[in-house]
Formats: sequence, structure tokens, C-alpha cells
Amino acid sequence: MNYDQARWTDDSDDLYEPLLSEKANETVEVDDSPLPDDLTRDSLSLPDPAEPELARHYTRLSQMNYGVESGPFPLGSCTMKYNPSFTEDVAGRADAAIHPGRPDSTVQGTLALCHRLQDYLGRIGGMDAVTLQPPAGAAGEFTGIQIAKAYHEHNDDERSEVVIPDSAHGTNFATAAMAGYEVVELPSGDDGRVDIEALEAAVGDDTAALMLTNPNTLGLFERDIEHVADIVHDAGGLLYYDGANLNALLGRARPGDMGFDVMHYNVHKTFATPHGGGGPGAGPVGVREELAQFLPNPHVRERGGNYEHYEPSNSIGKVHGFYGNWPVLLKTFAYIARLGDEGLRDASAKAVLNANYLAEQIEYEVPFGPFHHEFVASAGEQDAADAAKRMLDYGVHPPTTKWPEIVDEALMTEPTEGETKRSLDQLAAAFNAVAGDSDAELADAPSRPTAKRIDQATAARNPRLSWQALDDT
Amino acid sequence: MSDSDSHATGSPYAPQTAAETAAMLDAVGADDLESLFDVPESVAFDSEFGIDARSERATRREVARLLGRNADLTEFLGRGHYDHYVPSVVDDLASRSEFLTSYTQYQPEVAQGFLQALFEFQSMLVELTGLGVANCSMYDDATALGEAATLSQRVRSVSGDRILVPEHLRAGKRAVLSNYADGPDLTVESYPMSDGIVDVPALADDIGDDTAMVYAESPTVRGVIEERLGAIGDLTHDHEALFCLGSDPIALSLLERPVDVGADVVVGDAASLGTGTAYGFGLGMFVTREEYLRQVPGRLVGASEDAADRRAYTLTLQTREQHIRKERATSNICTNQAWVALRTAMHAAWLGPDGLIDLAKDCVTRARDIADRLDDIVGVKAPIHGRHHFREFLARTDQPASAIVADLAAEGFAVHAVDDHLVQVCATETTADATDEFVAAFREVAK
Repeated sequence: MNYDQARWTDDSDDLYEPLLSEKANETVEVDDSPLPDDLTRDSLSLPDPAEPELARHYTRLSQMNYGVESGPFPLGSCTMKYNPSFTEDVAGRADAAIHPGRPDSTVQGTLALCHRLQDYLGRIGGMDAVTLQPPAGAAGEFTGIQIAKAYHEHNDDERSEVVIPDSAHGTNFATAAMAGYEVVELPSGDDGRVDIEALEAAVGDDTAALMLTNPNTLGLFERDIEHVADIVHDAGGLLYYDGANLNALLGRARPGDMGFDVMHYNVHKTFATPHGGGGPGAGPVGVREELAQFLPNPHVRERGGNYEHYEPSNSIGKVHGFYGNWPVLLKTFAYIARLGDEGLRDASAKAVLNANYLAEQIEYEVPFGPFHHEFVASAGEQDAADAAKRMLDYGVHPPTTKWPEIVDEALMTEPTEGETKRSLDQLAAAFNAVAGDSDAELADAPSRPTAKRIDQATAARNPRLSWQALDDT
Repeated sequence: MSDSDSHATGSPYAPQTAAETAAMLDAVGADDLESLFDVPESVAFDSEFGIDARSERATRREVARLLGRNADLTEFLGRGHYDHYVPSVVDDLASRSEFLTSYTQYQPEVAQGFLQALFEFQSMLVELTGLGVANCSMYDDATALGEAATLSQRVRSVSGDRILVPEHLRAGKRAVLSNYADGPDLTVESYPMSDGIVDVPALADDIGDDTAMVYAESPTVRGVIEERLGAIGDLTHDHEALFCLGSDPIALSLLERPVDVGADVVVGDAASLGTGTAYGFGLGMFVTREEYLRQVPGRLVGASEDAADRRAYTLTLQTREQHIRKERATSNICTNQAWVALRTAMHAAWLGPDGLIDLAKDCVTRARDIADRLDDIVGVKAPIHGRHHFREFLARTDQPASAIVADLAAEGFAVHAVDDHLVQVCATETTADATDEFVAAFREVAK
């Protein structure tokens, strides 16, 4: 965000008109078609800017947007870390642009890269086999739960429930429901961790799986994880690891060693892919050996120095039309190769240090602890959403708000390893300034970004989702 | 520089100096970094991954060396993944870090740029389809089709769990659909095609009041432009089922508007604009009627006003989404393909309506021309369906298709083998310079 420029344009309404809106549209008749009239449309009405106009339009839009390279972006559970430029170069290589319809023998390089990345991710997660196909974390969850379902069906063991802690990501709940399971919500214990008694009460013959992230969304390590695993396994269920918080554990503990049977990796969080305003990501899934037979088709293996696709014997089928979000996987490979063992461990250590340091510097109450990569502060008497808007005025992106719900007026904060002490101090200063601001100041915020507070209620009550739906045309 | 000032720690992207690290450890009262980890000894990992760190330069060289093992082929390949020329300005603008390094627009006041771009993307899809509501992306066409199937079950007034799809559906797409259909207990069944298009009388026999959704494509996976979409739409609505149409934004620039043939949902891969070939990397588009608005999966950007009464954009109707509604959400999708949608919108705007229509016409005439040239070859019949095609077509060869594919690969060209004696050829502007050599090579291998 270029605030100075944004302020300069504050009073000029015209600059807020969408350049590519109805006002710039050109309507073109479809004639001289190589097709009969009854197979074609009559006309097409779309924006028609010249390239210089297009360049200015999108450059201006970019200036009205805040990214990690604009400043701190401590959005808890989203792991917004700096992404090296060189991984973008690697993913954009002309020779990486391969069509998925080619025979295996003509794409040995691409398959070799897939195989090497499968191997790396397996080592990092402590998993025996890894599929690269799921195109996002939630797609990885769906893949993992479909694998668990296939496993139970394979064993003629019908199970109808998935157990999920109340602090879990919303995707866990939605994924379990999407796969046809009933969700059993598990209340957190007083210390913010899994309540063993509640778990024992929730788990039984109907339990297909427990979905868990560790460290959890409060930034707390589930110290009783082996006990948790025993309870779930004794009941015949599987333990699913949500990899959203893996950045906090690299090289210190591995899901496979903790007793998890299935996991997904949010490679765009833990490794490197800029989030691109909401995607693409990728969500590879790792499993222990017994579950490898259920992995999506195709899977990549090596035979006698050659690489090939094959269909695992009891494959769940496919979760993406082709091979998943391949460019994202290339970036992941490049990032892991660049950092290696020592770099991955260091990234994790600095992410944990930064979270603990920041938690120490801010004046809001921070319950629980000690923390791994993130912590959840409470805005207390303030409204967390308002506090977040006020933080925008201090030039930083606010944390995730009002979630998880087990902390009142939650400010869920994850600075990542990409911040210096200086920028953490700047973040802490923003937090502390907001903590001292009045409710009136919070309610009026923000005043500095390109847009002031946006009316969400009207947007939902009167949905206008395209320029065709704008009523002031 | 002293050691304590150095940034040269394990991760080159963790910028703290040793002095800063020491000061921060002191502030939190920890002796060292390891003591920050609250991991019980019994599950602690005390080994190595065995992954050596490489320099940037070495990593790039390694990737180049590995990718160098791919055969250098000119790809006349399609079947759901298409290579169209992407102008440099798209790469440049989309690479701006404010776009690339931002997140989902949970704080719209500092995300107006991306929100407006996504609003414009939605608007383009609304214009292309004539339907009222487009979301701002799914993963790819296959996952969008899966979401359409589950939508049909939620919105249909009568019960029924059958999803009817064409027998000529790409296997990968059908396999994804089957996974989406598994949870809600939908059944996926094929209806017959006749000479490349939907066999409407046969579909009429198959369809019933227990049908939740009928899916058809234009162009089909074989590149055939479907001629009876209106009849399929009417038949589907006679049974109160949802009519879902698969297409792509380039084809939609020229072909009948989906709203005019009765489509209730349009899905497809929009990555044909803005992305080029990336091993199946996609951009699912999802467009539907306004009456289904509250059942739409994924993100929606809406126009609103800010406190100064200026137009402003925001994510809206989030109570459909997983982060609010949890197990009652319309979909589990969270991270989508927003940046790819940005690229597609840029490419579409760069082309403009004239450019898009011309590109679409080119997809028709180019397929026709290259089919005609192959048809002149002894031992080749192309196209096998006497219909209009878009980008691609099937050819019947006297030689086994597998031999054609292998022999063409040896000559530096890639085509699909579809059946024992059927190969599929896709032609876009990106292979135009190689067409003459391709036809000559085909003549050699078809003997």
C-alpha cells in the first residue's frame, strides 16, 4: 500500500471508478463467423483498453493492495511469509510448461522432480508415501478423509463420524461433512489443548478419524499427542494431521512420529508460494505405508532409473483434473532445496522466537502459552474487528480476528520468521497504540487506506456481484 | 561485519541478526532457540532429513538439469488443457508483489485492488455466460463440476440423486466428480453420444425425475461444438433437473450464450486465458443463476460503499463459507485460484471483445484447416465427426494410434492416442509455425 498516493487521490471520485467497467465496455457484433448463426452468440460486450491503459489500470489496482512485501502481515494460521523471488523464476521456466497429456517417457524430468519432492515431503512429515495432487490445503483434507474412508470400507468397517476440536480450522468441519461424515465437535480443555476426558467420551466405534493440528490454532503444542493417538487408534479410528501449522515444527517433531496416519502439507504456508490474493496453493497428502494403496491416481514411482505414473491398487481416484497445481510444487521443491535441513530448522526456530517475542511485547492479554508460531491475544473490552481496522491506520496488516472462538475478541497473530526485531517492534507499537485508543477512534477506523470502513451489511443484503448488477450505470 | 551482525543463519529468509536473536531470546527469558520448543522428548525429532542446502544458483541449475530430461516436443495436445499465447504484460503486471504476496481479502480496506480485479473477473464471466452470479474461482474444471453436482442436490425441489454425464467425458474429470459425489451419495451415470454430439433421444430415455443434474459440454472433449444444447436444456428442465454446461471463456466468446440454451450452471477451465501450459494447472470457473446465490460455493466479491460513500469492494455472503458456517458450509474451499483469475481477467481485457472473438474464430478455422490437411493423407480420416470443431478433432488412422504417437514423438511432435486407431490433434496459435512440419511428419508416420 502506497499510503501517500492513496491519500492524494482521496477526494477524486473518478479514480475509484472501475476502469474495466460498463463505462469502458465495447460491444462487438459477432458476424462473419466460420459457424452457422444458430451456434453463435449475437454480440459480446467487454472492456477494450489499449495496453498502456491496461498497464496503468492494474498498476493502480496493485497500489491499492497490501501484500507481504508491503509490510508485516501477521495473519494467524495463514503463515504469510516472505517468498523468495528465485522460486518464482523457477516456476516460470519455459521448459516447465509441459502439457499433462504427454506420455511418461517424454516427461522424465518433470516426473523426476515430482518423485524427489514426494521424497522430501515424506522425510519432513515422517510419512511413507506422498501424493502431490491436491490443489490446496482443503483439497488435501478432502483427499485425506477420502483415504480414511476408503481404508475403513476396505476393512468392511462402516464408520460415520469425524471428531474435530472446537479450535480447528473451519475447513476441517466442512471437509468431513463434504465426505458424508457427521461432525463431532470436541470442546477444548482449560489449557487450550485437547481435553482427554472429552476425547475419550467423543471417540468410539463410529469414529472414522480425529482431525487435529499440532501445534494447534492457539499456538500450543499438544503435549499428550501420544495418548491422544492411542485413544483414537484403540477405537479403530485414524489420526489426521492438518498441516496448516507445520512451519512451527520443521525438524523438531514429525506428524508420522507422533502417531498421525494421514496428513496434508500446506506447501504455500510452510514452504514458499506467495498466496496470490487467495491462491493458488497446493496440499500434498502424506500417509503411512498401510494407506499408500488408497492414494489418488496417478502416483509417481521410480523403476530402474525411469519414472512412471501408476494407479495405487485401491486408489480413491482423483481429486484434481490433472496433476494438481504443478507450478506451486516446483516452487516448493526449489525452496526446500535452497534451505535444506539447517535452513528449514532455522526458519522454524525464528518463527517460534518471533511469535514469543511479539507476544511478550504487546499489552493485550495473551492467554495460555508457551507458544509456537502464533498466539491469540484478547482485545478484552474492545471489539477485535474494530481493533483490526484501527491497526490499518498504523500501517500494518492486522491479525486474524474473532477466531478461534474460545478466546474472547481474539486477535490471532503469526509474525513468521520473515520479520526482523525492528519490524516486530513496529507491530507491537501498532498493537499497543490500538490498545490505548478509544472505542470512538476504533469505530471510525480506518482513515488512512484507500477505502474507509466498508459497509459489509449492505453488500450482503443487496448483493451486487458484477458490473452488470451495479444500479448506478 | 562481525558475526553478531550477520544475517547468514540457516534460512536466508529469516532476517534476524545473531545480535537481534540474542536480544529477543533475552526478552522472552529463554536460553536458546531450542528451549522455545514445547515438544516432549518422546516425540522429538532428533535426526536429519538428509536434505542438503543449495545456493540459489545451484538450485536453479538442478531444476534446469532435471527438466532437461523432458523430450523437446511441439505439443498438438488439448483434451482440457490448452496453450494460448499469453502477452508479456500479463506476466509483468501479475508479478507485482502487492498482488502476488497478498492474502485472501479479509481486510477489504487494504485489498481494494485485488477485490476490484476479482469483481471484474466475475463481471466478465457474467457477460460471457449471461448468468447472474460468478464466483471468483475454483481449482479447475473438474472440481467445479463436482461442486455443481453437490449444488444440484441442495437446490433441487424434488429428490433424486442421479448425475448424468456424457460418455465422452475425460476420465480424469469424471473421476474427480465421482469423489465429490461420494459423500452426498450421488450416482454418476453416462448417457450416450452419437457421432460426436449428445444423443438426445437416448438421453430422453435415460433421464427421469430422479435426475438431479445433466452435464453437457461445448466444445466436447473431442473438440466438437454441441449442436443441440437448447434441446438438452429443455429436456433437463422437463424433469426439474439442473442443466450444467461445460465450456471455456474463449469458446464462450463465440458460441451460443449459456443463458440462451437454458444452462443453470456453467463450469469449465478459464486457464485457457492467462496461463498457458503448466502440466494441468487450472482455473475453475463457476457461474450460475441468481436464484442459487446463497448456495454458491467459494468466494464472492460484491460492490458496496465505504464510510465516505465511495464505491468499494468486499468479500460478501461469507456465511456460506467454511470459516463461518463450518460443517454447514456450501463447500470446503478456502484457498482458491485468485491469482490465476487475475491473470485471466488481464488477458481477456488485453484481447478485448474483438480480440477474443477473433481468437475463438481462429480456434474453429485452425482446427478445420489442419483436419483437412490430415484428411488428404492416405490412411488418415479427419475429422471423424462431420461437425464443427473448436481447437481439436479426432482422426482415424490405419496405423495403430500408439504407433502414430510414438513415431510422431520421435519426429518431435505430441498428439493424444484416444483409442486403438483414433488420435486427437489440438491446434492453437502457439503451434502455428510448426503446422507444416507436423503435417509432413504425420504423412510419414501414417504410411
